[in-house]
Amino acid sequence: METVISIKPLLAVLVSLLITPILVSSRAPNVREAWTFVAAVAKFLIVLSMLPTVLKGTEIVYTVAEFLPGAAIKFRVDALGMLFALVSSSLWIITSAYSIGYMRGLKEHSQTRYFCYFAFALSATIGVAFSANLLTMYLFYEMLSLATYPLVTHHQDHEARSSGRKYLLYIVGTSIGLALPAMLISYNLAGTLEFGRQGFLAGTASKPLIGLLLFMFLFGFAKAAIMPFHSWLPAAMVAPTPVSALLHAVAVVKVGVFSVVRVLTGVFGTDLLFSLDFGPVILFVASATILVGSFIALSQDGLKRLLAYSTIAQLSYIVLGVGLLSPKGITGGMVHIAMHAFGKITLFFCAGAIFVATGKKNISEMVGIGRRMPVTMAAFFIASLSIIGMPPCGGFVSKWYLVLGSLEAHQMPILFVLLFSSLLNAAYFMPIVYRAFFCRPEEAMFENTVQEAPPFCVVPLVITAVISVILLFYPQPFFRLASMMVQHITGT
Amino acid sequence: MSQQYPALLVIVPLLSALVISAAGWINKRLCFPIAVAALGAAAYSCIGLLLRVLEEGAIVYRFGGWDPPMGIAYYVDHLNGLVLVVVSVVAFLNLIASKKSIELELPDKTAPFYALYVLQVTGLLGIVATGDAFNLYVLLEITALSGYAMLAMGKDRAQLSTLNYLYMGTIGACFYLLGVGYLYIVTGSLNMVDIANILPPLYESKAVLGAFIICLVGVWIKMAFFPLHAWLPNAYTHGPSAASSLIAPLVTKVMIYVMIRLILTVFTPEFAFNVLAVSKPIVWLAVAAIFMGAILALAERNLKKMLTYIIVAEVGYMVGGAWLGNRAGMTGAILHIVNDALMTLCVFLVVGNIAYKLKGYAFDDLKGLVRKMPFTMGALVIGGLSIIGVPPTCGFFSKWYLISGAIQAGQYAFMVALLFSSLVNVVLFFRVIEICYYEPFSNAHGHDHHPEPMAEAPLTMLVPLFIVAVGLILVGLYTGDIVNNVIEFAIPKSIV
Repeated sequence: METVISIKPLLAVLVSLLITPILVSSRAPNVREAWTFVAAVAKFLIVLSMLPTVLKGTEIVYTVAEFLPGAAIKFRVDALGMLFALVSSSLWIITSAYSIGYMRGLKEHSQTRYFCYFAFALSATIGVAFSANLLTMYLFYEMLSLATYPLVTHHQDHEARSSGRKYLLYIVGTSIGLALPAMLISYNLAGTLEFGRQGFLAGTASKPLIGLLLFMFLFGFAKAAIMPFHSWLPAAMVAPTPVSALLHAVAVVKVGVFSVVRVLTGVFGTDLLFSLDFGPVILFVASATILVGSFIALSQDGLKRLLAYSTIAQLSYIVLGVGLLSPKGITGGMVHIAMHAFGKITLFFCAGAIFVATGKKNISEMVGIGRRMPVTMAAFFIASLSIIGMPPCGGFVSKWYLVLGSLEAHQMPILFVLLFSSLLNAAYFMPIVYRAFFCRPEEAMFENTVQEAPPFCVVPLVITAVISVILLFYPQPFFRLASMMVQHITGT
Repeated sequence: MSQQYPALLVIVPLLSALVISAAGWINKRLCFPIAVAALGAAAYSCIGLLLRVLEEGAIVYRFGGWDPPMGIAYYVDHLNGLVLVVVSVVAFLNLIASKKSIELELPDKTAPFYALYVLQVTGLLGIVATGDAFNLYVLLEITALSGYAMLAMGKDRAQLSTLNYLYMGTIGACFYLLGVGYLYIVTGSLNMVDIANILPPLYESKAVLGAFIICLVGVWIKMAFFPLHAWLPNAYTHGPSAASSLIAPLVTKVMIYVMIRLILTVFTPEFAFNVLAVSKPIVWLAVAAIFMGAILALAERNLKKMLTYIIVAEVGYMVGGAWLGNRAGMTGAILHIVNDALMTLCVFLVVGNIAYKLKGYAFDDLKGLVRKMPFTMGALVIGGLSIIGVPPTCGFFSKWYLISGAIQAGQYAFMVALLFSSLVNVVLFFRVIEICYYEPFSNAHGHDHHPEPMAEAPLTMLVPLFIVAVGLILVGLYTGDIVNNVIEFAIPKSIV
């Protein structure tokens, strides 16, 4: 694989970090938000400028500091990292717009702190996407945990405090307790931490030890919310909705699954997992999370909590895809990172827009809301189709590939899991939409006049909903990047 | 000039201590500039010395031109060159940061305090630089006596807890002296290199064994290695801020250095790790130290005292790392001397700032602190992250080497202890951060209607703190260079 050295990955990481002093010092909110936009657009453009190089099959490398051979703070932009960076940096722009509408609409306190840590969190996210080895990934992973802690606890009350504690306990506890020792043991086994085409652990350790490491990595990155380390995610829903939207549907949880995918492909390697027969183990853990998460989602009344459980289930689709260890399955899993991101962020935006416009958080209070907020609920409908995996939305593409992958890997039970889970998704999303639009007049809880949330809230969710639809017809470049990565891994 | 660095770094502060005492009679305001000049010169010499060592290798300096083993020789190699720089820079930064708090806490004792401060640094630098086992004892006592005097200037129970420290410290020093006496009887020499050359045929001797164990126990008492730690928390907690933030980062770390020097130079690693074969039990003791330090820290409701128990745990890190008996562990221990000195300085300077503005550092006093002192709190967060071991702060990298060493040596208990301590540190620091952020709770839903006005510590306290906090990250990023250029040469080739 060809490589070029360029400072661009570092710039992409730093650009949002560098504006935080400006954010802190600017007194006028408009100036502050303008700078957020400048950074978001700049970050997106820097990421985008690397896309043609990556599509040509060249990797972009930059080393910041090397402290041991094979363990450096080093960036490498490959197809998978590019896919994730594109998703998160483009959604940051949209979320920034939405944040302005939401935070000002609710007259939230400490908005400066909010925007600062948001920028900080995005730096860490891009850092994870572009890291070339486990050490760098761990560095930015921890940075993200710490940067999102003030966002989760934004409301500064008792509930926020206990959720913040839970968040830290799960996220930092697992990363220090499991991922860190796993990383050190791997380093002592292989003498490197650099992500390889087929990993670097092959032939270095016995099967039980590899199994132990797999366990430690899989659960050590608890941001992926694989059961039983999932319950921080519903708790973290106390955060303001834009935080839930970007961080808990896109950045934080996706960093978790991204890390898991990276470790499975770049540390263990699919061949090693296949030859040691660890695929079914991963599939079992992921399937259990998918089904249990979906069942719990059925019973939720809080809209954001329902979305959280839906996220837990959907994240495991990605792990499941890689666990299939077949080219189509891996492709499906990777593409699902993007598809789920656009769908789920729309759903969160809708939940936030409803809260801003009506103050309602529970589904039981949303009967007939479609008449009051038709645009929002239409977007909600489209996005839920995408999550269920039905045309005309992007979610269909990734689910299709997951189904193909399970056929390719001869894993019939997985086919059943996928189909059953889609049914469950429909079962918890469709009643919301149905009761929003089609209810008897005496049931309706809202007046029959259209009154949407502020435009800063509505426009972003329309954009993401439209993109979800476009992604079915034009899944490039995400699809292309994922298949490039799979080709790179399988060497075909 | 540069030939005389090893002498200058001890003699300049020593004479300055006398000059400061005298100047205090004339005008108290003269003391601070003299102290700054003295420690500045010492820091300059130390940095110059390290650079020379990096270029030329180890340097031997004979005091008065007397050859060892008759005369006293100062022997500076990569190991103590590095520690010298750390000691002198930490002492210098802390001196500048502490000026205001000394004036506030000890208004009529500034002159004696500065004299003792400089004397303490003299002792520490001397301990690190000297190549003579008995000279080391003399400097040990200089350090200890000036330390007792400074700590006893604190309020409340300071005198009592310092008395306790004095008893334990004296016992520790006596043990060390006794050990050196045994060595002198057996070898007829006090020069470390000389002893190391004479010892090999005598490895089986019971007297050598006794000497080693007695020296080691003496040093352990001085560094507060569990279960000999009981004197440390109270003594460090009740002392004046300026004294705590000098002694807490440096004294325990210098004693770790002495232990490593005993292992590497005086008795040679061959004797310590292979002939004695006591590595395992000592590492287990270190595991106990780490667990107990962490658990005792959890029980504290006072920021400064909590930090002192963290020191007890950190001492366990370094003793355990040094006794793993492999290169990674030893590298981790030496690197952690540097990192822990900086981390401890950072958090103790924070305590100093809080004490300066709030007159108390119990958890109940810290409520809502983040609005009053945002910059100090920022430094506490960075210091805390480094103690937890979050990259890219330096604490992560020394922990990396220590855990690597534990894995290579097959001492998984030590690995578990290190991880446990990291997790406990997360709880410890985020508990403090929570209190500073959230409490007191306002009635309105997170909306702070009466934000307290900012009341930061003065710039002379903030700037050194800022330098230390940034230093934590820079040292972390340059770990590779420090290890490859300095520590790699400090450890003998025989340790793999």
